[in-house]
Amino acid sequence: MTNQIILTIDGQQVEAEQGAILLDVARENGIDIPTICFHEATTANALCRICVVEVEGQRVLQPSCIVRAGAGMKVQTRSEKVIRARRTILEMLASTMDLSESTEIQHMMYEYGASSSRFPDAQRRESQVKDDNPMYVRDYSKCLLCWRCVQVCAEDAQYTFAINFDGRGFETQIGTFFDKKIPETSCVLCGQCVAVCPTGALKPKREFLLEQGMSAQEISVLNSGRKKRK
Amino acid sequence: MSEIDLTPLQTELQKYIPLGRSGLLPALHAAQNIYGWLPQEAAAEVAKSLRVPLADVHGVIEFYSLFYNEPVGKKIIRVCTDQACALKGADGLLKRLCQRHDVEAGQATLDLTLTIEQSPCLGLCEQAPAVWTADNGRWKVGNGKIHTDRPRSMVYGQLRELTKNCGKKTTTLAKYGDYSAYKKALTMNPADVTAEIKASGLVGRGGAAFPTGVKWEGAANATADQKYVICNADESEPGTFKDRVLLLDDPHRIIEGMCIAAYAIGATKGYIYIRGEYPYIVPVLENALTEARAAGYLGAKFDIEIRVGAGAYICGEETALFESIEGKRGFPRVKPPFPTTNGLFDKPTVINNVETLCNVPLIISKGFAEYRSIGTEKSPGSKLFCVSGDVKKPGVYEVPFGVTLRELLKMAGGVEGRKPLKAVLFGGAAGAFATSDHLDVKLTFEDLRAAGLPLGSGVVMVFNESRDLRDVLKRLGRFFAHESCGKCYPCQLGTQRQTEILDRVANGGALADDFIRLQDVGWTMTDASLCGLGQTAASAVLSAMKLWPELFKDEGTKMKDEGRKLKVEGKKSKVKSLKATKVSKVPKVSKVSKTRKRPVGTSSIKPKNKDVKKGAR
Repeated sequence: MTNQIILTIDGQQVEAEQGAILLDVARENGIDIPTICFHEATTANALCRICVVEVEGQRVLQPSCIVRAGAGMKVQTRSEKVIRARRTILEMLASTMDLSESTEIQHMMYEYGASSSRFPDAQRRESQVKDDNPMYVRDYSKCLLCWRCVQVCAEDAQYTFAINFDGRGFETQIGTFFDKKIPETSCVLCGQCVAVCPTGALKPKREFLLEQGMSAQEISVLNSGRKKRK
Repeated sequence: MSEIDLTPLQTELQKYIPLGRSGLLPALHAAQNIYGWLPQEAAAEVAKSLRVPLADVHGVIEFYSLFYNEPVGKKIIRVCTDQACALKGADGLLKRLCQRHDVEAGQATLDLTLTIEQSPCLGLCEQAPAVWTADNGRWKVGNGKIHTDRPRSMVYGQLRELTKNCGKKTTTLAKYGDYSAYKKALTMNPADVTAEIKASGLVGRGGAAFPTGVKWEGAANATADQKYVICNADESEPGTFKDRVLLLDDPHRIIEGMCIAAYAIGATKGYIYIRGEYPYIVPVLENALTEARAAGYLGAKFDIEIRVGAGAYICGEETALFESIEGKRGFPRVKPPFPTTNGLFDKPTVINNVETLCNVPLIISKGFAEYRSIGTEKSPGSKLFCVSGDVKKPGVYEVPFGVTLRELLKMAGGVEGRKPLKAVLFGGAAGAFATSDHLDVKLTFEDLRAAGLPLGSGVVMVFNESRDLRDVLKRLGRFFAHESCGKCYPCQLGTQRQTEILDRVANGGALADDFIRLQDVGWTMTDASLCGLGQTAASAVLSAMKLWPELFKDEGTKMKDEGRKLKVEGKKSKVKSLKATKVSKVPKVSKVSKTRKRPVGTSSIKPKNKDVKKGAR
């Protein structure tokens, strides 16, 4: 604890280490800031912008997952601007993708009074479930593009580089080289992408089959068949 | 899929192998030149040679509009349908071209001889409607009637400082003269060169108006084994074409500016990143670089490489441009750290706009004091304005900072069409609207800021009274939805929601709450987006909402909206309603229906998402 500084968050004076991440400082002091794309195991990219806060002297809102605490900083985590941004982002997400398995985001929507029907006639990102390998299924209708799967597949963990992006802008989707099936890619079925997926877009095959109404018995027969050596 | 011969590609790739991943865009351009598009085998060969993961190569191809992962016509005609071109009948021209060749926009003919596409701004706004034809490595640009190898430069105004050599075809080194400003700089201390630029008060001309000297100082003070100077020639802001004229007519001024910057900060390597839609400038630049090398200005201490973009407006954002040079998708980075310490390849980098760099030799030659004799105290020097739309004489206008909008429009022959002025779009798509109330605003950074107008990249797009501003706004919305990189949520989702609402407004079907929706989307993008694109994607729309709120509140549509007015929901029902959206309505325009028809005989490759979007343009 060398360089202790004082900053103000929501009117409360808090002590922090110089250069500590604002999100951590807030959470350590019992101030809740919501996050979506942030995951402690992946590089923070500040792309969901749900964690934005208002920092005095800054023209635009600042993502607290990467902004560092400085002496005398004045931060508001619930200003009018912040609330509007968070609520609108949530409403736009809800009008775009299937959030039915994203309980955390549903809670956020409740907290921020976000309406899932705010944008009528909005184009949604819908796609067929991709069931092409024995370990996991991909349902990109549920994908909110947090990038975590791409990150853990690459330099954040596995160095496998099996997945990247299709398209750009609103039409972005996670994809493989020329839409190849997972077994035809460099994927090693490590499962890390499934582990970091926050919305159920990536799901273990077993869980998927159970949801489809298959019994554990039927699934284990499927698996044992596959394990047999020829 | 039929086998393709990879031999010519393998030969070509030898050049790019030493560049590693950074060679990805040039290698893909080379592959596309050979095959006309990027077949899977060619993409895999590029990946193998440059040692880039297959998925990453795919991601890059998917990101850039000018890379095709499915067959396209040998000849591609692109018609700009953004604001300035729309005023001059771009939609009709596109329709006629498609009818004549019996093909739909965004599709190839069955025999794969021709593809016709709608395009975002081609930087030819003063010769609207702009058409760019690429045919087997050759290009033509024109307006549907006259087509030439390179666009004409129409240069006017009160001054010929920056545009001294413009409007008279390309300047050779012999005509340009020696790099006297660079020679003078070399006799000075590098720190004094930076001090001179700082004292001149020069600020960036690309749109952000950051003080150039401060930028240079930051990079000069950074310690590193390697520093870079980059010329941002990715001019893509709708309505902007000044850099095109400077690059084409006076390349040596830019190169000299880069040499001076390199000397000032201690850079040994430079890049000119030029947008893919300006292919006709590349040979001009190459020739100028060769001349500069032969004359000894480039070579041992500092050299410049040209990088060609591939259809992505976002790559004009400085950090996205770095990513693009590094061979990645053009995603902007979070700042800080800033380019002056962590720029290209994480090294200290000075990145300046073309026009900014053109000012540099002037400042060094004249000295800052004389340079400041033009313009105003707070906005010294001259400025290039890109005047387009409903004026008699569209073109690049060089004027001293401080002339009024009225004076500028008078120089341009006044409003065309015997109709009064309705609006001026200032600063481009990312700008704001002005009206006849603003005619006496002085065109300086300080006066425009006070009037709430951005100078941006110098766009002055004029609309007369007969124009439908809803249509202008619709095109703005479409542009940003097409160009958002998709990284941060406010812009990725907001540009899409914005374009949907603006479409409704333009089609006379605005819903009662669309005004508030549009405002919330706009302010969320402005306040919370990661980069300048998202932060300004609603700027013009929000300004229009302030000036003409009636445009967005369609009297006739209020009735229609009664039935589907937003329910005022209790907090609990909001969460429940999430479930309801699960079985949502079929999207208004389903992806399938937008998918462009595949030409006969092609493989089962899924059309790129962005092409799907292109088809919708």
